[in-house]
Amino acid sequence: MTFLKPKFGHPRLPKNEHGYTVKDYEGAISTLCAGCGHDSISAAIVEACFDLNIEPHRVAKLSGIGCSSKTPTYFLSNSHGFNSVHGRMPSVATGANLANRNLIYIGVSGDGDSASIGMGQYVHAIRRNLNITYIVMNNGVYGLTKGQDSATADCGSVAKHGVPTAFQAIDMCGLAIELGATFVGQSFSGDKKQMIPLIKAAISHPGFALLNIISPCVTFNNNAGSTKSYDYAREHNAALSKIDFVPVGKEITTDYDHTKVNVVELHDGSKIKLNKLSPEWNPHDRLSIVTALHEARQRQEILTGLLYIDEQSVELNDLINSTTVPLNQLTEQDLCPGSAVLEQINAGYR
Amino acid sequence: MFVISFVNANIIIMKPTDTKNPEYYHKVVDCQYACPSHTPVPQYIRLIAQGKYTEAYMVNWESNVFPGVLGRTCDRPCEPACRRGRVEEKPVAICRLKRVAADYKDEIDELLPEISKIKNGKRIALIGAGPSSLTVARDLAPLGYELHIFDDQSKGGGMMRSQIPSFRLPDEVLDYEVDLILNMGVIQHFNTYVHSMKAVLDSKEYDAVFVGTGAPKGRDLILPGREEGKANIHIGIEWLASVAFDHIHKIGRKVIVLGGGNTAMDCCRTSRRLGGYDVKVIVRSPFSEMKASEWEIEDAMEEDIPIIENHVPKEYVVENGKLTGMIFQKVRAEYTDGKRKLIPTGEPDAFYPADDVIIAIGQENHFDWIERDLGIQFNQWDMPVVSPETFVSTRPDVFFAGDAALGPKNIITSVAQGHQAAISIDLYCNGEDIKQRPLPGNNLVSTKMGIHEWAYDSHVTTDLRFKVPHADKEITLKDRTMEVELGFDLETAFKEAQRCFNCDVQTVFDEDKCIECDACMDVCPTDCITFTTNEDDEDTLRMKLLVPAINKDQDILVSDALKTGKIMVKDEDMCLHCGLCAERCPTAAWDMQLYLYNAANAGNLSYV
Repeated sequence: MTFLKPKFGHPRLPKNEHGYTVKDYEGAISTLCAGCGHDSISAAIVEACFDLNIEPHRVAKLSGIGCSSKTPTYFLSNSHGFNSVHGRMPSVATGANLANRNLIYIGVSGDGDSASIGMGQYVHAIRRNLNITYIVMNNGVYGLTKGQDSATADCGSVAKHGVPTAFQAIDMCGLAIELGATFVGQSFSGDKKQMIPLIKAAISHPGFALLNIISPCVTFNNNAGSTKSYDYAREHNAALSKIDFVPVGKEITTDYDHTKVNVVELHDGSKIKLNKLSPEWNPHDRLSIVTALHEARQRQEILTGLLYIDEQSVELNDLINSTTVPLNQLTEQDLCPGSAVLEQINAGYR
Repeated sequence: MFVISFVNANIIIMKPTDTKNPEYYHKVVDCQYACPSHTPVPQYIRLIAQGKYTEAYMVNWESNVFPGVLGRTCDRPCEPACRRGRVEEKPVAICRLKRVAADYKDEIDELLPEISKIKNGKRIALIGAGPSSLTVARDLAPLGYELHIFDDQSKGGGMMRSQIPSFRLPDEVLDYEVDLILNMGVIQHFNTYVHSMKAVLDSKEYDAVFVGTGAPKGRDLILPGREEGKANIHIGIEWLASVAFDHIHKIGRKVIVLGGGNTAMDCCRTSRRLGGYDVKVIVRSPFSEMKASEWEIEDAMEEDIPIIENHVPKEYVVENGKLTGMIFQKVRAEYTDGKRKLIPTGEPDAFYPADDVIIAIGQENHFDWIERDLGIQFNQWDMPVVSPETFVSTRPDVFFAGDAALGPKNIITSVAQGHQAAISIDLYCNGEDIKQRPLPGNNLVSTKMGIHEWAYDSHVTTDLRFKVPHADKEITLKDRTMEVELGFDLETAFKEAQRCFNCDVQTVFDEDKCIECDACMDVCPTDCITFTTNEDDEDTLRMKLLVPAINKDQDILVSDALKTGKIMVKDEDMCLHCGLCAERCPTAAWDMQLYLYNAANAGNLSYV
């Protein structure tokens, strides 16, 4: 078995603005099962960061516990990383984000890490609109403990153990919309064309950006009867739109039909171009997406694409008016401004 | 809402690659494909890495007949082709690894073909005892032919003996490999110059005649002073032969060598060993256009031999009956429409003093001994008309190969042509159609040993090419028979062998098993694999790969349509054969399979 990736890359690999090739954004060789959907998501993150010209040292990647949470080792080797306690990634990310709001935070979690042990953390991170790209690598199964059903396994779905799931599934996207999430996307690991622009948009969005990505577990949940297998996801994939990410400084030059195409401008000036495939859905209307999700469930479809976005999103740091300077760069003068300032504050309470 | 669908049955699309054609995977093994004899290079390099030097030698011996000789002197068409040279700076030192096999092998007598005392009743005359003739002899002797070999030299080897100096190819190495063949019961007629083809044919002694007489005539350069200075003006290959056969032992202190090919390099380096102190190579054209192999130029320059470019010889200067030097016109090269012109710079002519001048500006064939009324047709350049496939002349019982057939090339080409001539002679003597060529042997077998375990060492090392150590210049310049290159020691040989990518272990794709999880595309370190929608022409498809496949010398592997309607396209160009695609494939749709391709030989005998 190969544990080391060959150092050689393709000599004609394109370089981005910083002179990096996509190789500079890769990580160690994956030790997940061969064919794991998570590896495709890692590759999509690599591609997205390369395309966005993000310098690797400006990224912090955080994760909890589980197969999904191992993946930060397999992408962005040159970025900051924190592999936290099971289900506690949102807390650690919140702390890190408050301490230094200038980094780009990518949280990676799974259905066990977010929908079971970390559910309490997950919902509060959404409530607070923590500025993070929160990726749930959702395979409906506990792979690392040999294949028990997870809380996102659809009722009636059959994993490798052969017994249909008796319980209702938690819909990560529905829940996030309910809680007021400002960016919600859903995708499938086998569809990089959709995944990469979604990740770019999520990274560019200020606030909590959920990407719930169906990521088949080849070992325990890729059999007939499973609703999270490669075949099922492909056959039941219902894309709301064809999505293009238009980076800052690039104009959309081609004419488009405004009834069919939605252009969403993000706060940094980049744009998301959505070629609508579903006429009754509006990415700015919570109600329309809640309905669409329910209808899709009835039709046994997996709704994918950008489900909802609030362009007016105000992220946690702005909500609580926290300092823009990373805490480790604050001087004693900043932290201890002297008795005159204290007097002023006290006077305010009199 | 729509379910994503890509299938469109109405457009013309790229057809899946036909990997059943034995040449598809053969072409992926760049080194073997580039070798005129198609020596299975990665196979013997793996054997060297495993310490199986004898087996590695026999793989070579079967294919190229002279592993010890070629491990020192080959023109190495394999090395510029080596995939490693496309990924990093330098290719694997294939040639010098071949020498390792020859240097460290055990006794091979047991492995040699048995030569029956009972012959098949067919007699063949082989005229010339160089590499092509000896190859024909090697291939035909085990089949029972009675072989008569003729040469005007006192020993076999042809130009390998007369033109390659001993400091590059020691006599023992050459003698050993020539004798392996002569000892197969070949009847030797040395010191015998064949004056007349008519006499040979009229004798009716032979069922077929093979001509492997090389290109034995060195080209002269007639300029003013040539006649007056002739005592000190030498023709390169004739001079080298006289040195090799111990007729010449010294040369003047100041020597000018004219010409930029490998013979010129051998002449200047030999001069340095025979008393030449101030030895110069002077060429007409720019340095970059010299025909000599890069490494031979390097070796010459390391022996303090300057190479002076853009000097056109004008005159031999002879004073009082003795050569004193040469006059050259200074020129510069100008290129119009890819054609080169040498334009005089207008500077005054240059004089270089010399005690001796050696002319090494090319060599020619010599066919005065073949009468023109024997049914052997000659073309406008006075070369025999020879089929480049079967090597038969216009007379069905006369065959040519090597430099004598299609003009001067190199040893490995002569060997390759010798193999083909031997096949033709065998078919001819058996009354069969010589155009019905035997097919190459090929075998494709999985190297899978277990989960993620392969029967080959798939790890890709980052070691740079190792240098072959040289003997001390002080010593080698004093003795013309002392070999300059020392060869790799075993530890370095192993490390150099590990630089081989094992390109003969093929990435074989089975579309029926693929679930399109993209794992192979994601993991491939050189981004060779792309899953994409099909196109109606190859060029468009090549351009839309992850990294556009612009190197058209390399094929792309195109799969049949997969479940989603997409196809898998692999650009063979930069594949490291690291096996990661197969390791990360959950369904074994990718497999690493060892492809052995053996070029056909007469009687299809195998010695390994």
